[in-house]
Amino acid sequence: MKEIKSTDVRKFLANNIVPIIFIILCAVCIPIAGYSGQYLVDQIITRIVRNSFLVLSLLIPIMAGMGLNFGMTLGAMAGQIGLIFVTSWNVVSIPGLLLAAIIATPIAIVLGCFCGKMLNMAKGREMITSYMISFFMNGVYQLVVLYGMGSVIPVRSGQVILPRGYGARNTIDLLNVRKSIDNFWSIRLFTDENGMGGITIPLLTLILIALLCVIIIWFRKTKVGQDMRAVGQDMEVAREAGIKVERTRILAIVISTVFAAYGMIIYLSNMGTLNTYNSHSQIGMFSIAALLVGGASVSRASIKNVFLGIILFHLMFILTPQAGRNLIGQAQIGEFFRVFVSYGVITLSLVLYEIRTRREKAESAKTLALGQKEEAKA
Amino acid sequence: MSEMTNTLLEMQNVSKEFNGNPVLKDVNFKLRQGEVLGLVGENGAGKSTLMNILFGMDVIQQTGGYGGKVLIDGKEVKFASPLDALKAGIGMVHQEFSLLPGFTAAENILLNREPQNRSVLSLVFGDRANTIDRKELQKEAIAAITKLGVELDPNMLVSEMPVGHKQFTEISREISKSAIRLLVLDEPTAVLTEKEAEMLLKAIRNLSQQGIAVIFITHRLQEILDVCNTVIVMRDGRIVKDLDAKQTSIQEMARLMVGREVSTGKPKAAEDGREISDKIALSVKDLWVDMPGETVRDVSIDVREGEILGIGGLAGQGKLGIPNGIMGLFPAGGKVELNGREIPLNDPRACLDSSLAFVSEDRRGVGLLLDESLEWNISFPAMQIQNKFLKRYLGGLIKWRDQAAIKEVTDRYIQQLQIKCTSSLQKAKELSGGNQQKICLAKAFALQPKLLFVSEPTRGIDIGAKALVLQALREYNRKNGVTIVMISSELEELRQICDRIAIITDGAVSGILPADRPSEDFGILMVGKSKKEAM
Amino acid sequence: MEKAVSILKAFGLPRLIITLFLVALFVIAPFAGINVAASVTDVLGRFGQNAIMVLAMVPMIHSGCGLNFGLPLGIISGLLGATLAVETGIAGPASFLLAILYSTPFALIFGWGYGKLLNRVKGSEMMIATYVGFSSVAFMSIMWLLLPYKSPTMVWGYTGQGLRTTIATDGFYYHILRDFLVLRIGDLAISFGEILFFAIFAFIIWAFLHTKTGTAMTAVGSNAVFARASGIDIDRQRTLSVVMSTWLGALGILCYQQGYGFIQLYQGPMYMAMPAVSAILIGGASVNKANITNVIIGTILYQGIVSMTPSVMNSLIHTDMSEVLRIIVSNGMILYALTRKTGASR
Repeated sequence: MKEIKSTDVRKFLANNIVPIIFIILCAVCIPIAGYSGQYLVDQIITRIVRNSFLVLSLLIPIMAGMGLNFGMTLGAMAGQIGLIFVTSWNVVSIPGLLLAAIIATPIAIVLGCFCGKMLNMAKGREMITSYMISFFMNGVYQLVVLYGMGSVIPVRSGQVILPRGYGARNTIDLLNVRKSIDNFWSIRLFTDENGMGGITIPLLTLILIALLCVIIIWFRKTKVGQDMRAVGQDMEVAREAGIKVERTRILAIVISTVFAAYGMIIYLSNMGTLNTYNSHSQIGMFSIAALLVGGASVSRASIKNVFLGIILFHLMFILTPQAGRNLIGQAQIGEFFRVFVSYGVITLSLVLYEIRTRREKAESAKTLALGQKEEAKA
Repeated sequence: MSEMTNTLLEMQNVSKEFNGNPVLKDVNFKLRQGEVLGLVGENGAGKSTLMNILFGMDVIQQTGGYGGKVLIDGKEVKFASPLDALKAGIGMVHQEFSLLPGFTAAENILLNREPQNRSVLSLVFGDRANTIDRKELQKEAIAAITKLGVELDPNMLVSEMPVGHKQFTEISREISKSAIRLLVLDEPTAVLTEKEAEMLLKAIRNLSQQGIAVIFITHRLQEILDVCNTVIVMRDGRIVKDLDAKQTSIQEMARLMVGREVSTGKPKAAEDGREISDKIALSVKDLWVDMPGETVRDVSIDVREGEILGIGGLAGQGKLGIPNGIMGLFPAGGKVELNGREIPLNDPRACLDSSLAFVSEDRRGVGLLLDESLEWNISFPAMQIQNKFLKRYLGGLIKWRDQAAIKEVTDRYIQQLQIKCTSSLQKAKELSGGNQQKICLAKAFALQPKLLFVSEPTRGIDIGAKALVLQALREYNRKNGVTIVMISSELEELRQICDRIAIITDGAVSGILPADRPSEDFGILMVGKSKKEAM
Repeated sequence: MEKAVSILKAFGLPRLIITLFLVALFVIAPFAGINVAASVTDVLGRFGQNAIMVLAMVPMIHSGCGLNFGLPLGIISGLLGATLAVETGIAGPASFLLAILYSTPFALIFGWGYGKLLNRVKGSEMMIATYVGFSSVAFMSIMWLLLPYKSPTMVWGYTGQGLRTTIATDGFYYHILRDFLVLRIGDLAISFGEILFFAIFAFIIWAFLHTKTGTAMTAVGSNAVFARASGIDIDRQRTLSVVMSTWLGALGILCYQQGYGFIQLYQGPMYMAMPAVSAILIGGASVNKANITNVIIGTILYQGIVSMTPSVMNSLIHTDMSEVLRIIVSNGMILYALTRKTGASR
């Protein structure tokens, strides 16, 4: 009985090594950084509000067996283009965000189709390919935004366009739409007597996120969700059963890209500024790292992983610069450290996943040797 | 059982050829509703081609269609795809499972035919947005399982099932398809335990009573006797005999399966009148090999010095696992001794170092560097193992490829084995199958082994090349005194060239006989019952 | 005619377009008022600077480990060697040799560990290599701050701790190869020093591939199962190839620094693998086949485009889109190689 328990514990540790490392890391950093609990909770809520939509967008391709969708940056680009237009047309507040989403949707669908088709041509190495697609499209995005806007595409606003007459500015202020969802309906708890500090809870955004979670749960129960799970497990079996494998895979990527576009719009409206040429590529890495920190793997991820991941990953993100300053006197170390952790976590998860799948394959030889021994006894 | 009188399926003069090679000739048979038809024959007798024609598989159309007629309910049909066959109520369960490990039995049974509920969102996004009706799914799956009459938990994940339950899931899936009238089972019992096999046979009878006809392909002839109404024995693309299962015996079927009316050359080894010494060259004890699809369970066998030992048996019984396991290509255990010295297993290098060599059955996957020149292919193992074809510089510190020596040896083998190629620098992938096989032989010869394993040396090559390959092997054995162990699915080929032949069934040796024994004897060994019956 | 078509096919459409594009650039250049001789000098300089990093792709491709996206690991070994050499304060040509000497043990150790890791993840080497590269760059960013370097040429002036982002090689090994054996004809300057340096290592790799071990390595990449059946220890060959690639990466960055003039630390090496990968693919290599010719042609084409596009474009349309074009071309080329069917077959 005892023996079984110890192997169970080991199995649990082996399967959850990444979140466990992070919990320990955060536990060590919290006292060193010396932030108040209230501040941390408020910050984490902000991060959940900002990032969960983006991270949730990664779930569907994993379900379809296509691994981590590094191509989600394509969706982020679509969202940014939507926001650039809205800002230049000066559409404010929630209508502005809605309009941005409407503009971003067709762009995301087209990009998603492209990405899905490419990935169908590179079965078995979807991840590195989606990763290179994000790099490649980044070039195209720059071409459009840096040279096309203002010269070919009619965007005129001085808020957006560089003084030279074409090309979008490096950073664009999103004052028009800043926090418009969050502030639409939010409550504040634990404020001090001046009404300052405390914890802000933006209810509408949380409702939107809850809605997306419900959609994803519902999606798993639909026919197309079932097909995706089937395709994810074995493309050939699914094909034999008459499921259109290629179309299903493209659909998974398209859905993911569109959600990523909406996620980016929510993220940026919360941030308030758009780093035209950086935001999207950073967000891809951070979202994927957060998901993996939550205990997801290349082939398995749930909503639980998303939220646990965001909390742990961003807690680390908030803590490390301060912890670095307090410990060594340099905030920069903390910043480098969190970059290292983001990359390191992705590396570790990928390696662990590969090693685990390999080990499962090596099991069958043992049973044969065992069978012969038993026969010899009998 | 009045339904039994109606003919469900009829084949009239069905024939088929691949690139001018006839593989099916004049196949005629009838199948009535609810009848269980046993289909037996050696590998390559034409069973799978026949089934491919029935199901309208792509391979058939791509290679020029077939001759003759297939009739269902007395009307001629020509299925363009397996889906058409399905619509006509014909289903097939293949040897390889086509199941999703992460799905439950019920989900697998109704894969892509799940019962669905429409919702508001379906109006927007179309039918694929329907939610799946789990309760109904469960109900339909249970209905199919009950119809089959086996015990199977619909909620069990396939990955956690024993093999037998996977097989039942697979069959339940075919049964759950509406209007199923004919079910083809290809070697369904090969992977099952005895108890599971019994359950399956019971299920087959069950189906038959419900009016579903079954075509039952198997190598276990006892099962045919147990469950079938009629038996068709195929050999060389023909139906050699229609038998009533009640009146035949295992011996008769086995004889019909392997027997040749025209004796294509007496076993030649015997003609030589040569003596084989009693000295044991290779001794194998309690070998197991984990080679997927060709599992070896417990093989003990002795090879005498200077002989050609044949290893035969039906596909999937484990004969291919033996050389692959000994040569370290698949995980193996047991004890192997060459001339009294033990050879470590799972270490290809050690085998090659002790002068064993292996010509793999998987030419393209294991045997050749397809993208490299013939020179590389032939010289590579000898260069790496025995440091041949190398020039040494700086006191042996630098071992440089000796192009001239490599070219010389390649040209020699090209000439000796009559390999057709443009030059010794041609890429291996550009050669025909027969010539590729000769390259594989040359590669092994260049190692100058004491004992050579040759696995399926004539698979997939034309008749002329076959004769040349066999001739080359025989000469190599006679001239150099090299012991050869040849593994082949073609019994006649083994009988032509070998001194003794061992037959493998179920991962173990079922018997070893001199090659000049009549082929019926081998046939009986192949179906695996002889040992017990003999006792 | 048929033969011409098959040659063209083997050459590949993207490669053809890139070649024609480069030729067009050189044809247009004089009309746009650009000094062709100076341009050629520039292209050759960039070739000498970058070729060894492209060469670092070859061993790993040969052993079937795929494109070496983990090049930053080799670069880091080079950076460690470079900083240690500067730390000694020895100036002139000796510092270059010293940098090579110091970086070698790091390259061997890192390469060995990296090779062991890649052996455990066969089939997904490229993705993991990419992230191994990134992680190591991020890790070293922390280290550059913490390691106890003292040399005033490298350490931040105001804190006295942590290395600068860029360190000039001036006074150490700046242009040590570039200015060696230079042939000048008007504006054209050909640096035989750099070319010779590259030629030495290209020859070593070429020669290695003709030895017994090199043959085994190629066979592992061509068909790993065949190699195993022939008694080759696949993992050992792969590890060896990774060590070689990593060491060449270290040499490559040193060679780059002497031409470029700066040691770039911190996030500098992050994306340096992409141009090298892209160059060898442009040169005609695929995910599992590459030779020295691919390296030479690829580097010339890639660097030619990178250096010619800005000047020609600038003088024609007064807009510098070259950086964007470079991203599209180089990543597009990698994407093309990854999605090609033949690239997938072993």
